Amino acid sequence: MLHTVNKSSFERNSLQSCLNTIDDTSVVLLIEDGVICAANNANSSMLADLAAQGRVFALQGDVDARGISSKVADNIKLVDYAGFVDLVVEHGTAVSWL
Amino acid sequence: MMSTKKFMYLNRRAPYGTVYALESLEVVLIAAAFEQDVSLAFIDDGVYQIVEGQNTDGIGMKNFSKTYHALGDYDINQLYVSAESLEERGLSADDLMPLVYEDEDDDWAEKPSVKVVSNAELSKILSEQDVCLSF
Repeated sequence: MLHTVNKSSFERNSLQSCLNTIDDTSVVLLIEDGVICAANNANSSMLADLAAQGRVFALQGDVDARGISSKVADNIKLVDYAGFVDLVVEHGTAVSWL
Repeated sequence: MMSTKKFMYLNRRAPYGTVYALESLEVVLIAAAFEQDVSLAFIDDGVYQIVEGQNTDGIGMKNFSKTYHALGDYDINQLYVSAESLEERGLSADDLMPLVYEDEDDDWAEKPSVKVVSNAELSKILSEQDVCLSF
């Protein structure tokens, strides 16, 4: 499954709820304000663990728009819209954490 | 013939403060009319949607909590509630509305629709869905 998160972890618990509920094969894609979760100082240990397994992605355009491309935590992979589509195709059912 | 898919409605917000809970319920009833395999999950503040004893007299809004009792008649009888979310809020299964359905395969016996599940169980249920709609 593909889980998208579109809220900052400073504003909402969307990311935490997502991480509490996903299974071992799911991946997380941070979009819109969700990319703020990818910044070093916003990073939870749970997200870092998942990123270390190569299972966390962030949408490049949203990262760039917010000026945080130099602050994205290690192991979080940046994707463009085509990459977003690839993730949807590869992982099937998508769940939005709003 | 239309194929049946598994639809999960993910409810994460308390009722009344925003329109999400009511909108979710409306869409759930629409999906039921199309005879899909519908289940609902209540997590985070979403658990407040099915707490017993809601009274909206003082806020001038429709108390739509009674509508959840109708879900059983639409063959919607898979309502999953996060145990962790309940516990965080000092709630238990006893605080929830006693929602039931009549099991046609068991002489229309009345059975509970609400099931309190752990996040791990919820994770498994989510992974079995064809479509997830978040509210």
